[in-house]
Amino acid sequence: MVERRPIFDAIAHLTLILGVVVVGLPIWIVLVTSTQRMEDVLAAPIPMWFGDRALENYAAVLGVGVQGSHTGPVARMMLNSLIMALAIAIGKITISLLSAFAIVYFRFPGRMLAFWTIFLTLMLPVEVRILPTFEVVANLGLLNSYLGLTVPLIASATATFLFRQFFLTVPEELTEAARVDGAGPLRFLWSILIPLSRTSIAALFVILFIYGWNQYLWPLLVTTDERYQTIVMTMQRLVEATDAAPEFHHVAAVAMLAMLPPVLVVILMQRWFVKGLTDTEK
Amino acid sequence: MHKRVTFRERWLALLLLAPQLAITLVFFIWPAGRALWQSVLLEDPFGLSTRFVWFDNFARLFADPLYLNALRVTLIFSAAVAASGIASALLLAVMADHVLRGAAIYKTLLIWPYAVAPAVAGLLWFFLFHPTVGILAWLLRQAGIEWNHKLDGGQALMLVIVAATWKQISYNFLFFLAGLQSIPRSLIEAAAIDGASPGQRFWKIVFPLLSPTTFFLIVVNVVYAFFDTFGIVHAVTEGGPGQDTTILVYKVFKDGFIALDLGGSAAQSVILLLIVSVLTVFQFRFIERRVQYA
Repeated sequence: MVERRPIFDAIAHLTLILGVVVVGLPIWIVLVTSTQRMEDVLAAPIPMWFGDRALENYAAVLGVGVQGSHTGPVARMMLNSLIMALAIAIGKITISLLSAFAIVYFRFPGRMLAFWTIFLTLMLPVEVRILPTFEVVANLGLLNSYLGLTVPLIASATATFLFRQFFLTVPEELTEAARVDGAGPLRFLWSILIPLSRTSIAALFVILFIYGWNQYLWPLLVTTDERYQTIVMTMQRLVEATDAAPEFHHVAAVAMLAMLPPVLVVILMQRWFVKGLTDTEK
Repeated sequence: MHKRVTFRERWLALLLLAPQLAITLVFFIWPAGRALWQSVLLEDPFGLSTRFVWFDNFARLFADPLYLNALRVTLIFSAAVAASGIASALLLAVMADHVLRGAAIYKTLLIWPYAVAPAVAGLLWFFLFHPTVGILAWLLRQAGIEWNHKLDGGQALMLVIVAATWKQISYNFLFFLAGLQSIPRSLIEAAAIDGASPGQRFWKIVFPLLSPTTFFLIVVNVVYAFFDTFGIVHAVTEGGPGQDTTILVYKVFKDGFIALDLGGSAAQSVILLLIVSVLTVFQFRFIERRVQYA
């Protein structure tokens, strides 16, 4: 057994507590600020404890929005973000499951070509090909629509690769047994493969929900209409709005709302989150 | 790679592949091809004619001091983000691996910044460093340092580095912790019996055994700093003041969408594409290795 010295334990705890404080500091300040009056925020130094305006501030941003930021009510933006995150997560999982099934369980000409075509998308982050992708979406008339917000982000090499790896570990006997019992490919997929993939699906869902909710550049490009704005894409406008009117208490409330859903998902589904992260290495 | 038992319905296989392939072709392959094609064309300022100019756009880029500056900023930025993120996460992971009590709580409290979008992370740190209301700017002023990232390029770069690192620590921490927990206790105990001090045990045994994880994290962090930090830069500094926080990804966006220099923006996209391909190949060599020995 390795020796345990109390001094090491103390140093370890101190370092970790310091780490937790540094990691938590920005959230604490912004959370506290979101409960203040404007005058109290502007009196330096900024308050370190809660004010009494939480309800008023959150109600104001959810229902009306931040003054001078050229954005609409936050409730609508959160709904759009939710739609986008769910559509991307569910869409990516569905089409990746289907294509991995096709690649692993069927033999057809061009199978490897299909695999590599999908695999290539892994190398093309949206930021790299924004201009031509934007042109395609504009030509298809998908600007300012939920389809335009989600469909171009739905192809997923990572998820396809992950399901492929998983399917390869499924015993051949299961397929044989299913065939002997007269199950066709779709029946096999639905009744055997998908139930077996449950944990992978849950883990992927957590990661992809966060990915979808946190999209920034893409919604910024394809939406000009307030009705389709997502909450994360308005961050730059909030920063700019503070130059015109110092509504820091409202900006802080929007920031809290922008991170609340994905942070809750990580904390509540921590086990799936850790699995998803290590599986996808993303 | 393939099952011995397969289904015969070829049409069904193609049908199942169709959605993924269609989206990949329309929104990935075709635009990437367009970027490649545009990168060798020069469009006149009125958009009336284009002509084929071979590699002129690339030559123009590498002769452009602004592009070279963006390259320099990106290298400093990604090196700083990767180095500080990996070092602090490693320290925290070693400590969390050491403590017997409370490790799970520390873990929960350290991993959630992963869920915060880069742009939101940028806003949080903008708040802390804001010259009028920021608590850290206030503390620095008490210490005699005037902080204003709108005027001082070095401070602006520091701000985006801090925000980018903060968000990435949780990811690095989780991978280091998993790496540390997979090191057999017997190795550490054997070294302790042979009289190795805690420092020697770390540098001679633990650190070398963690090197695959460290290598993997370096690649992931560089990819992250190159591409995923767009939101931080766009939301907080817009590449300024001057060009001091203009990283490559931000420049592609700015030259393409604001300056409407299609050829130049496309050439920049192609260069980024090459960088990300090389990094992805590195990353996948790592995954393949892990899959084989797992």
